[in-house]
Amino acid sequence: MAATTTPPNSPGRRPGRTLDGMDDELAISVRGLRKAYGDNVAVAGVDLDVHRGEVFALLGPNGAGKTTTVEILEGYRQRDAGEVSVLGRDPAHADPHWRSRVGIVLQGTGEFDELTVAEVVRHFSGFYPDADDPDKVIERVGLGGKAKARTHTLSGGQKRRLDVALGIIGRPELLFLDEPTTGFDPEARREFWELIRDLAAAGTTIVLTTHYLDEAEALADRVGVIAAGRVVEVAPPNRLGNRQEALATVSWRTPDGTLETAESATPTALVAELAARYGGEVPGLTVTRPTLEDAYLKMIGHS
Amino acid sequence: MTTTTKPAAPVAAAPVRRLGPGALALRQGRLEITQFLRSRESVVFTMGFPIIMILIFASIFSGEIGGGVKFTQYFITGMIATGLMTVSFQNLGIWIPIERDRGVLKRYRGTPIPKWVWFAGKVIMVVVIGVAETALLLVVAVLLFDLKLPDTVGKWLTFGWVAALGVTACTLCGIAISSLARTARSGSAVVTPVALVLQFISGVFFVFTSLPAWMQQVAALFPLKWMCQGLRAVFLPDSFGAQEPAGSFELGRVALVLAAWCVIGLLLCLTTFRWTTRRDG
Repeated sequence: MAATTTPPNSPGRRPGRTLDGMDDELAISVRGLRKAYGDNVAVAGVDLDVHRGEVFALLGPNGAGKTTTVEILEGYRQRDAGEVSVLGRDPAHADPHWRSRVGIVLQGTGEFDELTVAEVVRHFSGFYPDADDPDKVIERVGLGGKAKARTHTLSGGQKRRLDVALGIIGRPELLFLDEPTTGFDPEARREFWELIRDLAAAGTTIVLTTHYLDEAEALADRVGVIAAGRVVEVAPPNRLGNRQEALATVSWRTPDGTLETAESATPTALVAELAARYGGEVPGLTVTRPTLEDAYLKMIGHS
Repeated sequence: MTTTTKPAAPVAAAPVRRLGPGALALRQGRLEITQFLRSRESVVFTMGFPIIMILIFASIFSGEIGGGVKFTQYFITGMIATGLMTVSFQNLGIWIPIERDRGVLKRYRGTPIPKWVWFAGKVIMVVVIGVAETALLLVVAVLLFDLKLPDTVGKWLTFGWVAALGVTACTLCGIAISSLARTARSGSAVVTPVALVLQFISGVFFVFTSLPAWMQQVAALFPLKWMCQGLRAVFLPDSFGAQEPAGSFELGRVALVLAAWCVIGLLLCLTTFRWTTRRDG
């Protein structure tokens, strides 16, 4: 990630972010963020850092506070408390210049029924000072064959691609994606993931919310697990819940057919011992470590 | 108007670079007009309605209102006023909730364009469609029902300011009332009854002075009655002013009431306009 911390289109975007050294590395910095709707506390003290060039996934169950958090970062909602800096600015006071550096892919789709894909993308390209070529962007999100189609004729996945096209047409330094693949079939999700990787490779900082574990695992450099309005853990997906250090579960069948299991910090030694005991093959032997799902369920269950 | 529906091919070449606010507003207006003209229900209900009504009314009441003046001459004023109200008040009051519900407004808010550009787009659409519709109405009435157009510059000027003030008031009220609808579908449930009742009590379908006095009083609180009255000053002979409730066309009061509604509408817009739905915070 270090090699791509500076987006390719960054000239002229330096001024205004010289408060301290941290600002150059952090795309997002959040401390003590709180937001309540009446008695319902949606975000109960979130701390978060997202580095430039990073793909960061906010993972959590429905109602955990993902969308509220992200919409505060996007400048859509006002917070009750906490400090928030996004690209060096407080999003509560978003100005057009800041808006032109931030791309947003919202949850909703299907907004411009009467227009074609090309018309919508071209129209939005006019909003940005340094917009990308609309035709190129349409091609990039995989809608090349649909450029002249009215948007209401697109499938769900294609509409989402159009959303992404509108999110990246201004060549953002930072792109927010709110549950981008909800409702996709498996193939469409894989294709979508490729698109996200492609954007990340070009240096765009990406923050996505998802409740799909495999999505967070496939895309994110780091995952923040959010539950009941708090960030429970932030880690690279393979280290989430300390599962690399967790005990391994070894199970096998005894000669009378019953299943034996044992948790062990030294599963190799246990397997060697079992092999010696059975004189070779151990019937029904498996060695497992907690999956991401196990770690995740444990985290959100105990918060 | 059909020129605006052309597919967007011509602007294809280079990526568009930093446009000025004026250019942004014009582009936004063009996009709104394109969307309007491609939406069959908008074209039929908004543009078609007054034309259908004038065809029906002018055919039924083919006689004279008195003094050698045809009924058409009276009805056209109500139809023009109704048409202007439909394209501004009803059109916006119904479509903005749909766009808000679909997240169109939210999406615009997430881009660098100034907020007013979006409103400007709506206003340009209302003005262009309103002028087109009024022109169409006049052409139909002249060709089929021998409508006499205003014959002095003064009357055309009156036509101009009454229409402009009326459309401004109705546009602002349409934007304001759009915030009452909680969902996409409820926009038309909120707006249509208001518009229908106003049409009946403001002298659009009946001769205003033949309505019960209390109904006239209620109608006088709202803009449509004054738009109709102002237009009667344009399309009826001056002598007909004596038959108005106040004994004249009261153009000064027409201007005053419509201007007051512009102020009320603007205040409502500024205080109540929502970019997102209620459930969306």
